[in-house]
This record gives sequence, structure tokens and C-alpha cells, in this order.
Amino acid sequence: MADTARDAPPEQTDFHELEDGEELFPEPATTQESQPASLAAEDISTNSNGPKQDSLFDDDPEDLFAEATEEVSLDSPERDVLLSDGPSPAITPITPPTSVITPRIGHTHDDMFTHSSFDEIEEEEGGDSFDIHISVSDPEKVGDGMNAYMAYKVTTKTSMSLFKRSEFAVKRRFSDFLGLHSKLASKYLHIGYIVPPAPEKSIVGMTKVKVGKEDQSSNEFVEKRRSALERYLMRTVKHPILLKDPDVLQFLESSELPRAVSTQALSSAGLLRMVNKAADAVNKMTIKMNESDAWFEEKQQHFENLDVQLRKLHTSVESLVCHRKELSVNTAQFAKSAAMLGNSEDHTALSRALSQLAEVEEKIDQLHQDQANADFYLFSELLGDYVRLLTAVKGVFDHRMKTWQKWQDSQMLLQKKREAEAKLQFTNKPDKLQQAKDEIKELEGKVQQGERDFEQISKTIRKEVSRFEKERVKDFKTIIIKYLESLVQTQQQLIKYWEAFLPEAKAIS
Amino acid sequence: MTSIDENSKEKLRSVSVDLNHDASLLIDIPDALCERDKVKFTVHTKTTLSSFQKPDFSVPRQHEDFIWLHDTLVETEDYAGLIIPPAPPKPDFDSPREKMHKLGEGEATMTKEEYTKMKQELEAEYLAVFKKTVQVHEIFLQRLSSHPVLSKDRNFQIFLEYDQDLSVRRKNAKEMFGGFFKNMVKSADEVLISGVKEVDDFFEQEKTFLLDYSSKIKDSTAKAEKMTRAHKNIADDYIHISATLNSLAADDMTANKKNLEKLSDLFEKFRKVEGRVASDQDLKLTELLRYYMRDIQAAKDLLYRRARALADYENSNKALDKARLKSKDIPQAEEHQRQCLQKFDKLSESGKKELTSFKGRRVVAFRKNFIEMAELEIKHAKNSVTLLQGCIELLKSN
Repeated sequence: MADTARDAPPEQTDFHELEDGEELFPEPATTQESQPASLAAEDISTNSNGPKQDSLFDDDPEDLFAEATEEVSLDSPERDVLLSDGPSPAITPITPPTSVITPRIGHTHDDMFTHSSFDEIEEEEGGDSFDIHISVSDPEKVGDGMNAYMAYKVTTKTSMSLFKRSEFAVKRRFSDFLGLHSKLASKYLHIGYIVPPAPEKSIVGMTKVKVGKEDQSSNEFVEKRRSALERYLMRTVKHPILLKDPDVLQFLESSELPRAVSTQALSSAGLLRMVNKAADAVNKMTIKMNESDAWFEEKQQHFENLDVQLRKLHTSVESLVCHRKELSVNTAQFAKSAAMLGNSEDHTALSRALSQLAEVEEKIDQLHQDQANADFYLFSELLGDYVRLLTAVKGVFDHRMKTWQKWQDSQMLLQKKREAEAKLQFTNKPDKLQQAKDEIKELEGKVQQGERDFEQISKTIRKEVSRFEKERVKDFKTIIIKYLESLVQTQQQLIKYWEAFLPEAKAIS
Repeated sequence: MTSIDENSKEKLRSVSVDLNHDASLLIDIPDALCERDKVKFTVHTKTTLSSFQKPDFSVPRQHEDFIWLHDTLVETEDYAGLIIPPAPPKPDFDSPREKMHKLGEGEATMTKEEYTKMKQELEAEYLAVFKKTVQVHEIFLQRLSSHPVLSKDRNFQIFLEYDQDLSVRRKNAKEMFGGFFKNMVKSADEVLISGVKEVDDFFEQEKTFLLDYSSKIKDSTAKAEKMTRAHKNIADDYIHISATLNSLAADDMTANKKNLEKLSDLFEKFRKVEGRVASDQDLKLTELLRYYMRDIQAAKDLLYRRARALADYENSNKALDKARLKSKDIPQAEEHQRQCLQKFDKLSESGKKELTSFKGRRVVAFRKNFIEMAELEIKHAKNSVTLLQGCIELLKSN
């Protein structure tokens, strides 16, 4: 099977869909080492298709799935290395020794070892070796007018030996994040990995910032974006495979990053994306897959339901944020009004009490404001993130369908060719017959590959879904607890304020 | 659906200070019925006074009957020096009715459980409006019954006793126009009050104070109402959040199911507390301000009447001078002037008393309500903390 992606010019990645779940050029599963042993020597990285490579990775044409495949031989020394150390040894240029790459004859062989290899990776990642914290901070405006942009500082703190240093920072702009996502999506989505979606563009929001409006709403916009970018990066690195992707590492570490131009909404690439998205949507409707595995059907239904519910919840929480902000404004207005009333009141003690009430209400207004922020940044954004993540999850299921379709198509074509060949048997056209036989041989290979791809993506999805669900539950729990604690804090402050006011009220005589 | 038990009434009777001290005339509204737009109040009187035919009796009354009573008192010359308790406002069910309508329209978008809860909330809101209107009508009557002069008013007695339908048909177009005209004149009165040269320091101060305070308290009432409404909206949002969490829990097959159920339960309880915070704030703060806004208006009316009397007195002086100049009709002019002065003095004397006691009443009411509001806020916040912390513990322990 041709390794088509290898020589793909850099621009091609740019044309890849940014949107989750969509894919412009369905790449065959190029990264799998499920090929005859003849390719063993040729361990060319299939994933280093970013335009520029940091020098560190030039001589590391690593195959990210090397770790998936390296454990094939249980006695392989590499395996011990993998188990004992952090993930980094897996990345260091290891030309897999031929002993490791055994021909994939039986699928069961595949299942057992890829399965186990994932388990091991997850054990390591899920254990104490996963220690990385990324923060996005210090937004600063660079440039002027419509060409201006916000630059964010991306700081990584880690003890993982995957990285050169334990603490480092780089400057990135929004399109860099989009570019990173675009690359990851093009590499991993079509083989079943759930790639976290990047934060959404906002032409309105950004224009305000560019134009230089230094008001509260543009500050809020920048803060919202900063927070979203941070969550995006953390989600990405939490994924054990994505963490080790060279594009991710380059993004976090290298001081210079080539600009991802095709992420612009109004670029030709952007328009192409939109067209293809529409085409894909049509295609999706026409694929009728015979689902042999009830698990997938069940899960898809589950995610559909989850999507509906989360969207509903998100809407309710957004309404809550809105109302709480309203409450804050109204409280502030009342505070002012009460103060004026207190000034007007001619009974001294009552006048003082009214002024005190005004002060309390002013403090409470600030409390409501803070709570509204917690409502938003903790609860609402969590839900928004997961609504977007579910789109990626659904996309991965769609890719599986496409993979299946491809396999079926090859199978049907093979069938046709066989029939044609059978017919040719009775004619006296030896070269045509030979051609037919050659085509059949090629197609048989394709069908086999198609089946393997399908099995692989199915396997990957099972793993990914399980990881996703675990993450989701953990994520929700952590953030909900934080949110509830914010509510507790607000209430406790309220108690303090009112308890301070009570003696003032009692002092009226 | 609309009878109110004694317990809840005790809690409601908060805007004005306890007025029913005098056991010789006790009035309350134990029952009320809501028929479409009309509210029928059952006014119950218990009295030891011989001026009444029976010691214990009830009559049905409509809102318009209360208005009639108020207006006749206002128009009574003898009471010009008194602060006539403000008329209760018309029962206004527009807000909950509109919300009920919107809810009906949006029924398709929510689960059955959610719809039921929202409906319950609206019914509670409806009931709250209802209770408030009963309370405000009751207080009006109790203010009258506890006033040394007004309690003896003949029309008041008719109102309490007459067991036929009060011919409020009087209050038809003619009367309505009269009312409209009166209101128009009132705003001119503010100018009049501020224009009249005041001889008495006390009244000068009161005038300045009341004019300013009146506009400020109107503003505060409006702002407090907005604040309360936003609070209520938040409580309603929690209903939706709780319901959706419940749906999520139902679909969830993992260990997370319990967590979602707990969370849904928490928000359900929490929203009830938030709802109470909103309604308590409404009663203790917004209603308080609203009531005294109207009371201040009644006090201003007193000042107006006095200013009118002063103007009349000054005019009578001028007339007397003129009469003396012309040497014509002097005795009438003198009599007129004497009467005007008498009226003015009477108004001033009673007015001073009324305004002083008004201030006392106001201060006591504010104090009581502020204390109660603060105590309730503390209670609800403590409740909330317990609920929230309980849930956090449960979630963490899972």
C-alpha cells in the first residue's frame, strides 16, 4: 500500500479540515506498521508533516505508533524500557529491530498486542508519570489596526523527561493554536483518535480587540479566550498519544513557529473547508452501515443523547450566568438608591442604617459578579467544551463508517473484477487476462488492508471512548466540586455581611 | 385554594407595625376568593363597641369598595388634618399570568417533570401576589381601626357592617373623572406646597424632607423590585438545571449516575432556598418601601391640604383688608378670616401630631423589617451552606 502521506507537501496539511470530525483527504492508515516485513527497515515517520521541523526532531522520524507496535515481541528489550521509564524512551529514535516487527498475519495477533500496548501506555500515563501543567497567560496586543493580534504566553511546567527542560515558556497567537489543532486533526481523527477541538473563532470579538476598544466586554472576551486556550492545551496533553506528537512538543517548546495562514476564516482554505464539510454531511447520510458490533451502535446512541442533554444544560447555565449578572447590576443600582434614600432620611439612626444597607448591598453586588464569573468559567465553559468534544467523538464514529465504506467498496470492486476475470477466461485475450489477474491481486491486498484499517479504527475507538468517558467523569466531578465550593464561598460571605448589618438594624431607635 | 391560615398571616403582617392592639375593634381578612380578575375579600370584624349592631360579623367586599371608603375619607373636611392611610393598590396578577402564558407556550421544550415544577413555582408566585394583596387591604382597614378619629367614621362603620353590596355604582364615570382630575391637581399641589411661604419651622422641615424623600423612596422601590425579580429568575434557572441533570442521570449507566442524581437533588433544594430568599426580600424590603412610598404620599397630601388652608387664610386676610378699605361686608370678611385661621390652626395642630407619629411608625417599621430581613438572609445562607457542603462531601467520597 502506498505511503501517500509521506511526501505530502506541507501545504496539503493546511487544506485539512479544522473542524472536528471532518477530513478532507481521507488518509489511509499510514502510520500503522501493519505491513509486510519488507518495510521494517523503512521506519519513516508518517506524522512529521508540519512545514518546519525543529532540529531536535529532524533525526527522529519517529512513528508514533511505534510504541503500539514495538511491544509485539514480549521479550523485546524495548518493552522493558518502556515499562520502567517514562514515555520518553519510546520517542527516542529507535529503529525498531526486525525482531519487533513481525508480519501481521492473524488479526488476533494484532488485537492482543496492540491492546496490551495501549494498556501499558495508559498505566504509565494514568499513573504518577503524567506530570505536566500548562498555563496560558499575559495576553498582550501586538501590532495595530486590523493586523493586530493578541499574543499569549504559554508556560509549561513538567517533570516528564519527554521535554528538554522542566519549565519553559513561549509566545503564541490564536492562529497558532488553530494550526496545531488542524495538524493533529489531520493526523489522528481519521484513525479514530478523539482530538480535542480548538476554541472557536470570533470575528466580532477579535475585531473589537483589534480596533483597540479597551472596555470591559473586550477584556472579558480576551479572558474567555485565554481560559479556553488553556483548557484546550491541557486536554490535548492529557491524551497520551497527542502529548508525544512532535507538533505538540514543537508548539510548547520552540520559540519560533511558522504562521498557520490557512486557519483564517476567509481564506481560500477556509472556503474549501466549508464546501467539503457540506459534501461530507451529504455523504454521511448515504452510508448505510451494517453494524455487526452492537457496542458501537449503543455508544453512538449514548453520545447522541448526551449531546442533547449537555446542550440543554449549557443553555440553562448560560441563562443562569445572564440572570446573575443582571442581579449584580440591579443590586448595585439598589445600593446607590438606598444610599440616596439614607441621605434624605431625617431620622438619624434610620439614616445611618440605610447607608449601612447601601454598603452591604454594594458588597453583595460584587459577590454576585464574582459568582457569575464562577458560573461561567467553571460550569458554563465546562459544558461548552464537552459539547464541542462530543462533536469530535461523533466525528470519530463517522470516520469508522467511512473506513468501513472504503473497505466495502474495495470488496465490491474485487468482486466485479473477479467476475470480469472469470468471463475473460473464456476469451482468448491472454494479456487482458493477466492484467485482470494483476488488478485482482492488488485489490485483494486493498481489501485486506481495508479490513485491517476497519478493525484498527474500531479498536482505537473503543479505547478512546473508554478513556474519554473516564476523563469526562473525572473532569465533571472536579469542576463541579470547584463550582459548588464557589457557591459555598458566596453564601458564607453573605452570612458575614448580613451578620455585620444586623446590629446596625437593631441600633435603630 | 385561596384561604389563608393564621400562621402564614402572622408572617405576612409585617409591613406595618402591629396595629391591632385595641381589642375594642379588631378587623382582619381571614378569607379571600379569586374569581378571574376580581378578588372578593371577607372582612371580619370583632368589636365590643356599642355603635355596632353585632359583636362579631363578616361581610364580602371588593377592591372598589376599599377605594370608595378611602376616597370618602379623603373628601371629608373634618379629616383634612389627618394622614389618611393610603388606599390599597389594585390586585395585579399580570406578572404571574404572563409567565404562565409563556410557560404554556414553551411546554414542548421541557420534560414533564420540569414543566410540573415550573407550573408549581408559578402557582406559588400567583399565591404570593394574592397574599400580598390581602395583606395590604387588611392593613388599610387596621390603620383605620387603630386611629382614634378615623375609627369612628360613619362610612367606615358602613363599610364594615353593611351586609348588602355597597352601591359602589356611585363610583361610575363621574367619580372616575373626579379621581382623574384630582390626580392632575395633585401634581400642581407639589408646586403649591413648595411655593407657599412657610411660617412654621417644623412644617418647613417636613416639607423639604417629604418632597425629597418621596422621590427617593419611589426610586428605591423600583430598584428593589428589579433586584427581587432577578433573584427569582435565578431560582427558576436552577429548576431547569436540576431537571436536565436528572435526565442525564437517567441515561447514565456508570458510577457517575449517583453523582448526577445527587447534584440534581442539590439544585432542586437549593433553588427552593433561593426562591425563599427572593420572596423574603420582596416582602421585607420591596413591600416595605412600596408601602411607605404610598404613606409618604398620604403625608404629602396632608401638607397640601394645610398649604391650601394657609393660602385660603392669606386670601381671607387680603379680602378682609379689601373689605375694610371699602367699608363693606366687614363682619362677613372677619368671620371668614376667623374661620380660615381656625381651620388652619386645627390642621397645623393635628398635622404636627400626625406627622410626628408617622415618623415614629416609619422608623419602627423599617427597623423591624430590616432586622427580619437580615435574620432571614442569614438563615437562608446558612441553609444553603449546609446543603452545598453536604453535596460536596457526597461527591468527594464517591
